[in-house]
Amino acid sequence: MPILVNHVTYKYNPDTAMEKTALDDVSLEIKEGEILAIIGHTGSGKSTLVQHLNGLMKATEGGVYFDGENIYSKDFSLKQLRSNVGLVFQYPEHQLFEADVFSDVCFGPRNMGLERKEVEMRAYTALKQVGIEDEYFYQSPFDLSGGQKRRVAIAGVLAMKPRFLVLDEPTAGLDPKGRDDIFEKIVQIREETNTGIVLVSHSMEDVANYADRIVVMDHGKIVYNDVPSNVFKNYKHLEEIGLSAPQISYAMHELKDAGLDINPDVYKVDDAVSQILEAFRK
Amino acid sequence: MEIIKAENLTFEYIRRDEEGNVEGITTAVDNVSLDVKKGQFVAILGANGSGKSTFAKHINAILYPTEGTLYVDGNDTKDDDKLWTIRETAGMVFQNPDNQIIGQVVEEDVGFGPENMGVPTEEIWDRVKESLKAVGMYEHRKESPNHLSGGQKQRVSIAGVLAMHPKCIVLDEPTAMLDPVGRKEVIRAIRALNDVEKITVILITHYMEEIVHADKVFVMSKGKVEMEGSPREILSQVDKLKELRLDVPEVTMCAYKLRKAGLPIKEGVLTIDELKDELLRLKSIKKGEV
Repeated sequence: MPILVNHVTYKYNPDTAMEKTALDDVSLEIKEGEILAIIGHTGSGKSTLVQHLNGLMKATEGGVYFDGENIYSKDFSLKQLRSNVGLVFQYPEHQLFEADVFSDVCFGPRNMGLERKEVEMRAYTALKQVGIEDEYFYQSPFDLSGGQKRRVAIAGVLAMKPRFLVLDEPTAGLDPKGRDDIFEKIVQIREETNTGIVLVSHSMEDVANYADRIVVMDHGKIVYNDVPSNVFKNYKHLEEIGLSAPQISYAMHELKDAGLDINPDVYKVDDAVSQILEAFRK
Repeated sequence: MEIIKAENLTFEYIRRDEEGNVEGITTAVDNVSLDVKKGQFVAILGANGSGKSTFAKHINAILYPTEGTLYVDGNDTKDDDKLWTIRETAGMVFQNPDNQIIGQVVEEDVGFGPENMGVPTEEIWDRVKESLKAVGMYEHRKESPNHLSGGQKQRVSIAGVLAMHPKCIVLDEPTAMLDPVGRKEVIRAIRALNDVEKITVILITHYMEEIVHADKVFVMSKGKVEMEGSPREILSQVDKLKELRLDVPEVTMCAYKLRKAGLPIKEGVLTIDELKDELLRLKSIKKGEV
């Protein structure tokens, strides 16, 4: 069952002189099993939007529905929503606090009131899902590398078995291999559990390589909600609103303008390579 | 003339458990010798934990070598009397702009450094003005930093360092938290400092596109300098970089894969223009044959 964001408007300090509209009539459906990327420049409203998905922020107008239920209705359990829609904040490793990796990951499911065996099973599965080997389970999380810490923090949310996993800038500050590792795991989690993935990112290359659909935010509004090729086609407009397309998109447009017989709308390196090879075979 | 000279620099730290017992020693920087010449634009790459940030903190005398020596403009960083000279010579900019901005107004924030150095008031204002102009933030001088975008905040941080008139600026992943336009703004500002103001720049980054314009690139791995050379020399070695958990820009990767597939493209294509020129060259050769 999807998450439905229905005509949501969010205002900071409503009805005062300081009123500021952070979200302006936003409607969006997020399905299980898809990887949806939300992009936008700093201050475009993407983090505000994401915090509406699990009820951390409450819409000034409009509603959010999970499994067809209005999350703002009195008898709706926000606690349950938060285990179903797992939110991983920026730099989640700053929120690690337990003495060892395994206990840290147990924290979420234990808080859900599950029995010990189930808690430990879930923690074990979640750590495996993010590729943390047994030898690290009883180490202090602070002795791990940056990429490992980040993956442990993600496991902490996964252990609640959410149906949606929302990640805010999951790869900021990681080296390229660390980035690839995280995305590889995210794709694998989606394949194995059909979890819906919402990805907030500033890296157009990452978004291009992994997202099924891209939502572009600007000034609190959704300006595009489409497959990557259709979004990156508008690279000039993306630049006007503080974004860009992957480098390879620019290259393809330049090559097309220089007279090469290629489709300029591919946005992945491998597709670009086959387009160019094709053009040379002709 | 070198402004930064590392001679067999090693930095070790002792890991302790909760009771304070020694658990082991980690060598974060392992016998590094390198030179940075005045006016150079140097990039340092390396995986998380490769020692690049630890090395960078030596340049600003935040950390001192366990063994070996680091000279900043001829001064040994271990020499306590030279501490302030060293910090005025080499300024540092960090990843998160929010942790570096303290002023309520942009121009106050930028004036903080020179004020602390005891620069006369009138000169402070001159320095603030020229620094903000150098990073393209002069028109925002009266604003609150809270209302700026990430890229703008980071440029204010750079201006704050610039106002201290350093000979060298070390930037530790200054673009990691920024959106694409913010990233471009900051890189443009950094290149201008180097080209126009002739300030030595040491840029630590995980973004491979950002090293393309460097004069020299060092790649660190496990505390050692593993590779060193021009961006072209470094980025030609795709497999080696991958081994070191790094990557190359997308156009470089594209050219590399085309080459592997049999197109005779030159090695180490760094920019879109180079890729275009190479493909057009090959196309005209092909036409000539027909």
